[in-house]
Amino acid sequence: MFTTDIYTINIGPQHPSTHGGLHVEALMDGEVVKDAIVHLGYVHRSMEKIAESRTYTQFIPYTSRLDYLATHLPTLGYVQAVEKLMGVEVPERAEYIRVILGELSRIASHMLFVGSLAIDLGATTGLIYCLRDRERIMDMFEMSSGQRLLASYMRIGGVIQDLPEEFFPAVDRFLNDLHGMIEEYNGLITGNEILQARCKGIGILSPEEAIAYGVTGPNLRASGVLYDLRKADPYGIYERFEFEIPTGQHGDCLDRLIVRIKEIEQSGYIIRQALKKMPTGEVRGKVPKLLKPEKGKEVYHRIESAKGELGFYLVSDGTEKPFRVHVRAPSFVNLMILPLISRGGKLQDIIANIATLDPVLGESDR
Amino acid sequence: MEAINGDKALLSLQSITGNRLEIIRDPHFIYLTVGPDELLPLMQALKEQLGMNYLSNLTAVDYGEEFEIIYNLYAIPDNQQKFIVKTRVPRAQAELASVFSIYPTADWQEREVFDLMGIQFSQHPNLVRVLLPDDFEGHPLRKDFKKEG
Repeated sequence: MFTTDIYTINIGPQHPSTHGGLHVEALMDGEVVKDAIVHLGYVHRSMEKIAESRTYTQFIPYTSRLDYLATHLPTLGYVQAVEKLMGVEVPERAEYIRVILGELSRIASHMLFVGSLAIDLGATTGLIYCLRDRERIMDMFEMSSGQRLLASYMRIGGVIQDLPEEFFPAVDRFLNDLHGMIEEYNGLITGNEILQARCKGIGILSPEEAIAYGVTGPNLRASGVLYDLRKADPYGIYERFEFEIPTGQHGDCLDRLIVRIKEIEQSGYIIRQALKKMPTGEVRGKVPKLLKPEKGKEVYHRIESAKGELGFYLVSDGTEKPFRVHVRAPSFVNLMILPLISRGGKLQDIIANIATLDPVLGESDR
Repeated sequence: MEAINGDKALLSLQSITGNRLEIIRDPHFIYLTVGPDELLPLMQALKEQLGMNYLSNLTAVDYGEEFEIIYNLYAIPDNQQKFIVKTRVPRAQAELASVFSIYPTADWQEREVFDLMGIQFSQHPNLVRVLLPDDFEGHPLRKDFKKEG
């Protein structure tokens, strides 16, 4: 009988496929992955501790830096949590602006997902196409907030300012072209034989395991579970929009890719409806400069971010600074299943698994 | 709250915890406050009898003499009921039973609470730091942690 020694291969923390500072220790038996140990914390900035020494408003720019690939969504989650804590009303127009920018963030994040999956699996061209299209969203963010990546545009009680005039033709042109972009991704990336071979049947996650391990977002839906907080537990004004929730069947890497591409299209529909229904008026409600929520009050607010369920748990002690802020980060919880879906596969499958779980390390490490 | 057969289900939870369960309702959640010893039977019942199959969030707050540990429970895909389970442990003996055997998602979330807040979870399969380096001293989210700079 021949036996082999178990040996270790380190992936990361400095490795292009780890999307930030992620370190995966792969224990190999020949070519087969026996186990994968995930080491986090390379991007830990102690956000939750920082929050305790900032006022409620001062913490907004920090939340932008959680999921920096979909910058408006974590900011939205945080300001909505504070609004819930304070009972603040948001003007109608601001709600629509939030939906438009939030969904654009989701598209930007999913586009980067598609591109980075392609380049992680060796298809360099795929990334260039996705970045080209994502760039147009970055331009729109720059028009509205002056910032491309870390916009910090949401405010407690609304948004900082109204969208500029040039934003509307830009988003209109973008939505007109969106279908063509998706066709291009499907032709170039999803339909690619090599990519399919690397993704089909790889990293299968069953719906039961997904729920047990708290996996949310597109990763959960790819396993066939119809669960999207925009419909399951609507926040903001999401009840007013019609859209579909795409789900997968097999829960493998390919399904996780297909679900996200379909979500890009659905987000496009939502933005179209929002642009049509958007009323004129104020974009920022009357909110005191210094916020002091009632003592002992607490709130848990969750939104469907690009990566999954993003929750904010806030506790107030009656002062202008929060007593405790906890971020329930979808990337952190989703990464937990990486060892589970990688065991028994090959080393290269770990790369596909990391890419399709779509973690953003700024959010998982906080 | 009709969906959970309201009070009947909550009554059965009461009997499981030996009538030591404190129930508060608000428009968003049902808050269940329980002693640390009754936590596991309560979570088991919530999962098996009430179908709360999804532990969304697990975190802790430092209240000085005591730590409060908070569990946010939902059901997937049915989302009618929302529970917040709370329990408190004394600072001097910050130890609590792990819910990993009921909710595997508690694995890293409990590790995070251990890492940043210094609460020991007994029966946890691998309770080591998750965000901070292994040789880090102290637990930064405690209120008495000395910050530098």
